[in-house]
Amino acid sequence: MIAVGIEGSANKVGVGIIFHPEDGSTPQVLANVRHTYVTPPGEGFLPKDTARHHRAWVVKLVKQALQDARVSVKDVDCICYTKGPGMGAPLQSCAIAARMLSLLWGKALVGVNHCVGHIEMGRAITGATNPVVLYVSGGNTQVIAYSSQRYRIFGETLDIAVGNCLDRFARTLQISNDPAPGYNIEQLAKKGKRLVDLPYTVKGMDISMSGVLAAIDALAVQYGLDGEWDGKDEGAEDSASGEADDGKPTRADLCFSLQETVYSMLVEITERAMAHVGSKEVLIVGGVGCNERLQEMMGIMARDRGGTVHATDERYCIDNGIMIAQAGLMAYKTGFRTPLKDATCTQRFRTDEVLVKWRD
Amino acid sequence: MTQDYQPPPLPPPFHHHNHRTQSTATTTTTTTTTTSTPTLPPPILLTQGAEAHLYKTHYLNATTHPAALKIRPSKPYRHPILDRRLTRQRILQEARCLAKLVREGVAVPALYAVDWEGQTVVVDAATGAERYGGAWLLMEWVEGDVVRVVVQAWERAMLARFAAADQHPRRRQADGEMEVDGDQGDNGHVERKREEERMKDLLRRIGAAVGRLHAAGVIHGDLTTSNLILRPKKESGEGEGAGEVDLEGEVVLIDFGLASQSVQDEDRAVDLYVLERAFGSTHPRTEAFFAEVLEGYRASYRGAASVLKRLEEVRLRGRKKSMLG
Repeated sequence: MIAVGIEGSANKVGVGIIFHPEDGSTPQVLANVRHTYVTPPGEGFLPKDTARHHRAWVVKLVKQALQDARVSVKDVDCICYTKGPGMGAPLQSCAIAARMLSLLWGKALVGVNHCVGHIEMGRAITGATNPVVLYVSGGNTQVIAYSSQRYRIFGETLDIAVGNCLDRFARTLQISNDPAPGYNIEQLAKKGKRLVDLPYTVKGMDISMSGVLAAIDALAVQYGLDGEWDGKDEGAEDSASGEADDGKPTRADLCFSLQETVYSMLVEITERAMAHVGSKEVLIVGGVGCNERLQEMMGIMARDRGGTVHATDERYCIDNGIMIAQAGLMAYKTGFRTPLKDATCTQRFRTDEVLVKWRD
Repeated sequence: MTQDYQPPPLPPPFHHHNHRTQSTATTTTTTTTTTSTPTLPPPILLTQGAEAHLYKTHYLNATTHPAALKIRPSKPYRHPILDRRLTRQRILQEARCLAKLVREGVAVPALYAVDWEGQTVVVDAATGAERYGGAWLLMEWVEGDVVRVVVQAWERAMLARFAAADQHPRRRQADGEMEVDGDQGDNGHVERKREEERMKDLLRRIGAAVGRLHAAGVIHGDLTTSNLILRPKKESGEGEGAGEVDLEGEVVLIDFGLASQSVQDEDRAVDLYVLERAFGSTHPRTEAFFAEVLEGYRASYRGAASVLKRLEEVRLRGRKKSMLG
């Protein structure tokens, strides 16, 4: 069976085509294309502009995907699209594209929960059977474990997502959004050495990021590190930070401290979920899951518990169409369909609302 | 527990040396370990929690004073400065909460001793690598099973006893399997009610225990059914009917690793919310009875009603919060 997946819940629009062989062997990725809406430094992406971007790109990407996959329309079994959660306007443009294709080609629609898409793709790529899942992105931060046909949320953020925290700090420092603000923070953090004191806010199984962001923003302002940067000291601070002991942190130090603090919080709640459910596997999904420092920290934690960590690279971590196709096709095979009149989208769609019929 | 996993060596005075390590002891190991006498018999590793390793050992006398040793090993994934700050903060917090609760007469393990710095260097006998032994707490040993185990055992027992009557009684009858079906059905109903009442009573006692904790001004921070021990009554066990899970005894709160001191409704309500969610995910089949916990809580101290009101807000917040952006 073959499914087309369309994703556009944030600033990425992606189209993927997956093939599930009839004999039940490993699914094959036939195509996975994506285009990202990148804003200038210091700016985030607004829903209407993002939606306009998606509308401009989605047809092109579908054509490209079909070409890459070398399949024709008649081979396709269903059209899967992101029903939610995400930003309203971008979701709508992709839902419209999906409905249009469904009518045009006469194929069934499958509305997919974005978070479940991430989890299923992560499981398919890494082969992790029943992991504790850390789902970290610009819009979501959740620790998830599977139990009786639901992906249950063990812990989550109480306010903003970890990716949002990083992105917004990147905006404060006016770091480039290309390819992604989080990626550029990660690169800058590699030059940081000094750990500044930040709030460490684990609340039960949950975490809170907004106070951490406020604190690091305030530090940036206090040391005059916010706003536009001439880049003059960026290279120099690497060598200088060892000697120059004026107690003043650098931009790199702030990025380093932010990463160390928030990732420690994430690893901590993940470890607690593992201890609680008695699992030895962790799967990291979502855009922030690309971060190598987070993967490294998670790896050390897992090794200390005699477990393993599974992570994917940017093709599958960052929002993509293939994950929607994968999760959608799994649902499709259990008989799930989204009738045209219900083929809407929603900004709020909890991971645990989905009945996971395809797992025991 | 893991087979391939070796816990880090214990800091003195809990270290011990078996035959092999003694014979291969190097100069470095002797300098770090000769400062105190080893603990014999050696502490036994019980669980590796997320934050700490729990050992069973003893305090002063091996036969009269069993004790629980909680070690917070340094977390190598964390930045050392952050790690030290958090470890110190948390173990002191835990010790202070325990001391306060013992004073207030709340059922918690008594605190015997604590090392909050955890900077004693230990040497891994196998690899020779040096690391910090970790901060530790030595506490009273609490007998009994954790409530998670008790509830799960009860759920299993219920399933075994009543599942047959539950599932398609008509078809069973048609199969002629249940000769005295009607009769047993009535009995089963009464029996089942009685069993459910016993569970509800336990849940109310859990609520009351949490209430006493909150009344004393402490927030647990990680209330799950794994952090509650049902300490059996001294002379119980004998009188119980066969196949019946013992639900009697005193509910003892353990693991104050994330505890804090607060008397705010908000903190208390979040504490209950954590328990509610953990209960739901750990015991989905008994989730419907969770209201009893809150009933027990409501009756336990004066401020409980306003906390429960706040809990309703916290729940709503929980639903709304996740999917933004």
